[in-house]
Amino acid sequence: MIELDDVTKRFADGTRALERVSLTVPRGAAFGIIGRSGAGKSTLLRLINGLERPSEGDVRVDGISLPGLSDGGLRSLRRRIGMIFQSFGLLDSRDVAGNVALPLELAGVPRADREVRVAELLARVGLSDKAASYPSRLSGGQRQRVGIARALATRPDILLCDEATSALDPETTRSILALLGALNRELGLTIVLITHEMAVVRAVCDQVAVLEAGRIVETGPVASVFGGARHDATLRLLGEAGR
Amino acid sequence: MSGLFANIVWSDIWQATLDTLVMLGASLALTIALGIPLGVLLFLTGTGQLAESRLLNRLIGMAVNVLRSVPFVILLIVMIPLTLLVMGTSLGVAGAIPPLVVGAAPFYARLVEGALREVPRVTVEATQAMGASRLQIVVKALLPEALPGLIAGATVTAVALVSFTAMAGVVGAGGLGDLAIRYGYQRFQTDVMLVTVALMVLLVQLIQFAGDRLARHFDHR
Repeated sequence: MIELDDVTKRFADGTRALERVSLTVPRGAAFGIIGRSGAGKSTLLRLINGLERPSEGDVRVDGISLPGLSDGGLRSLRRRIGMIFQSFGLLDSRDVAGNVALPLELAGVPRADREVRVAELLARVGLSDKAASYPSRLSGGQRQRVGIARALATRPDILLCDEATSALDPETTRSILALLGALNRELGLTIVLITHEMAVVRAVCDQVAVLEAGRIVETGPVASVFGGARHDATLRLLGEAGR
Repeated sequence: MSGLFANIVWSDIWQATLDTLVMLGASLALTIALGIPLGVLLFLTGTGQLAESRLLNRLIGMAVNVLRSVPFVILLIVMIPLTLLVMGTSLGVAGAIPPLVVGAAPFYARLVEGALREVPRVTVEATQAMGASRLQIVVKALLPEALPGLIAGATVTAVALVSFTAMAGVVGAGGLGDLAIRYGYQRFQTDVMLVTVALMVLLVQLIQFAGDRLARHFDHR
């Protein structure tokens, strides 16, 4: 479903964010990318929806090569890839329903259809009673639920999660992760999440890649990577998790 | 009462107030209509933004800075030929509007640019990730999110325009400033000066009050 082929990313100032990264995320997987801050996780995630372009190598989603896409082609591909953020990225100027409706508006969905879909999505994330509230009135967990509802609006096959629970308390984190897990199982949604926390990967993911200084140092099923960790970076992450 | 305001012709004051309001309304509307696109362009062409272009950003930035550094009294005079060409006259209310807009639009454009910079980067990124085009990002995310700032900027600009309209009296633009200069200053009619100044103070208070209310109404942060 998602393939990164020998991808290197250099920024304009010459720093290398990613170094010859290759990765395959199968359809329906819950794939975790774990690493410390500055390891290149964010850049890696943004390559998948074309918010970043690779300096070398190829990124393919469903066999479609992103670097070769026109602006219009990239925009229609992005409608099939939802994304949620650590700081939510909601519009303060719109109420909850307006935020969830935005991707549908952008895609030109008629108002009546939008309203039906928004009600459906808010019910799915358990926020039906907050449709007319503004984001500033919501808790962090509620805001992230709005973010998830918004990301799912255009019925994407893929959900990218950028440190989605890092700003939340442990209990809220658990409930958001449970929601992500349910979406993965029930909708067959492919999830790619980046995090610096081992517990997040354990709670949701079936596969994991460990990123260290722009390189993937270990990858495979969660149990075998964490169970038989060989690389220092993985061992350090395991150590921090209190083992 | 008649002794205190011996020189006041209330119908003249009323006409001058009306002239000032017309000049202010028309020039503010045009300033906003020009300043918003200019400010958006300044913002989008900036480093790391959606339409980054060093050349375009420098060119627009320089034009804006040049216009902003010309004192308004000088701009009034320098613009006379252009105003004649556009409005058919360089006098009266109509003659004042082009210099007022040219004086205020670059100022408002900088305030618009600043208001857009206040929109968090993640908001733009999230909208982009939904598959929005650049135009959609501007119209659906950037401008609505910056609206309280855009209104606050328009309020500051409107207050500046009140003092610009008074200066426009120098070249015979009409309005309260004209009255203050011709009667209050040149004919030593202190009562006329007092009344016109009081009216302008009142006008500025009203603008600030309305602007603050409007900005608060649209601020959901």
